[in-house]
Amino acid sequence: MSTEKQQEHLTRDVDETEEIQLNVEPSEMDEEFVEDLDTLLDEIDEILEEDSQEFVENYIQRGGQ
Amino acid sequence: MKRRIYGLETEFGIIWTPDVPRRKTLTVQNVVMYLFREIVAGRMYPDVFLENGARFYQDIGCHPEYATPECDDVAELVAHDKAGERIITRLASNAERRMRNDGFYGKISIFKNNLDTPGNTYGCHENYLMERHVDFRQLAGQLIPFFVTRQVFAGAGKIKPSHRGYYAISQRAEHIREEISIGTTTARGIINTRDEPHADREKYRRLHVIVGDSNMSEFSTFLKVGTTGIILRMIEDNFIQQRFALRNPVKAIQDISDDTTCKHQIELQNGKRLSAVELQWQYLECAKRYLEQAESDSTTNQVMARWEYVLTCLESDPMQLDRELDWVIKWKWLQTYLTKRGFEWDAPQVKHLDLKYHNVRQEESLYYTLENRAEIERIVKDEQIRHAEHFPPERTRAKFRGKFIKKVNEGKVLCGVNWSYIQLYEPYQILYLSTDPFKPEFDEASRTIYSI
Repeated sequence: MSTEKQQEHLTRDVDETEEIQLNVEPSEMDEEFVEDLDTLLDEIDEILEEDSQEFVENYIQRGGQ
Repeated sequence: MKRRIYGLETEFGIIWTPDVPRRKTLTVQNVVMYLFREIVAGRMYPDVFLENGARFYQDIGCHPEYATPECDDVAELVAHDKAGERIITRLASNAERRMRNDGFYGKISIFKNNLDTPGNTYGCHENYLMERHVDFRQLAGQLIPFFVTRQVFAGAGKIKPSHRGYYAISQRAEHIREEISIGTTTARGIINTRDEPHADREKYRRLHVIVGDSNMSEFSTFLKVGTTGIILRMIEDNFIQQRFALRNPVKAIQDISDDTTCKHQIELQNGKRLSAVELQWQYLECAKRYLEQAESDSTTNQVMARWEYVLTCLESDPMQLDRELDWVIKWKWLQTYLTKRGFEWDAPQVKHLDLKYHNVRQEESLYYTLENRAEIERIVKDEQIRHAEHFPPERTRAKFRGKFIKKVNEGKVLCGVNWSYIQLYEPYQILYLSTDPFKPEFDEASRTIYSI
């Protein structure tokens, strides 16, 4: 392998490492996102407090236009 | 574009739930009576106009119904539609207080949707004031393919039984049985022929649209009414030359609703097959050509930009519109919730959450939970909605009506009100007739009202 080619290979390796490092930041954002999502799901649990089966069965309208 | 009068009527679903299950119950009729009590004092029938020019009344099937005042701008119409939700929410809180005084402890739920649990339907009707000269058959022919396909951005979404594919785009689609019909409670048509312009009949007709879903999303309402307005203007100007006539529109509206990928192809009378999105592209391209030679305006430009954005997204992946379109927003969050909480699609909790999306009482609503967490694209600001709760539009005759109602509410005058007239009773005995809804003030009437 010529020195030139080795050099190219090394450069590519470095690039790949950098790419991997770049990925670290979004994963922190992911954690934040998961936390936000959990809070939102908890809020949804709260709006479903009453008995779903009974509520859904009782929801009968006469029908309109 | 030339001005047009728009209005939306919404029939709300309503139910009362006692705090202690099965303790005391109230019928829907009783609940509606409590709801109206504070605004109909002394009247025979629950039917009133409000100071913002809107009408609030009890409609067929015991539904409280809110009809916006006449608006000449689609964004303004969105604000007035939302104002209706806020007004009925306030009435519900007051009604609950009065119920508690009478020994009924519980909660009123109000839904802006189109289906109850067994599948009875109630509607959201759009009204467009149109030029009378347009041939009705031609109008219907050009509108039917548009109405069949616009559900891809205007649908409110609904859960289906699991053996039928879990989820559909539109709530109303399966209740549409005819192409053209005058019926609103049976044999509902894609085109409804009830023509009550509340204006000069020689000049105007009313297009009464009953085929659409009720929308929570401001974006969906804006696009639904905005695109329809543009199509109507092209029809009035005799601009649409293409023929999109469908082989079987009633079947097509159902088939499109059943396919959440938006890829289903429907057959045209000329034998071609197109998806709903492809057909909408054809209308959009036609509208672009139209606006190259007709005068546009900022609202029209916004409608056009959003229309194009939505069709582009629908073409590749509808789920990209999970902040904009009702059917997609609701679908995304139902899926997320049932996956995270381990429910099946037919679990009562999931059906319950579907209903809750449409609850207009914000603390009880999936839609508003999402909006408060900035998960939803808006069209208007809360200040605009608050303003619309109390003030009529400035550029239509609703302004004139709103002023009179304010005097009535202050106890300064007795009058009878309708969309097209105001009748002052004792001691004035004057009738003001308004056959031009574009005219905000009547000189003579204005003089009278400022003197009261």
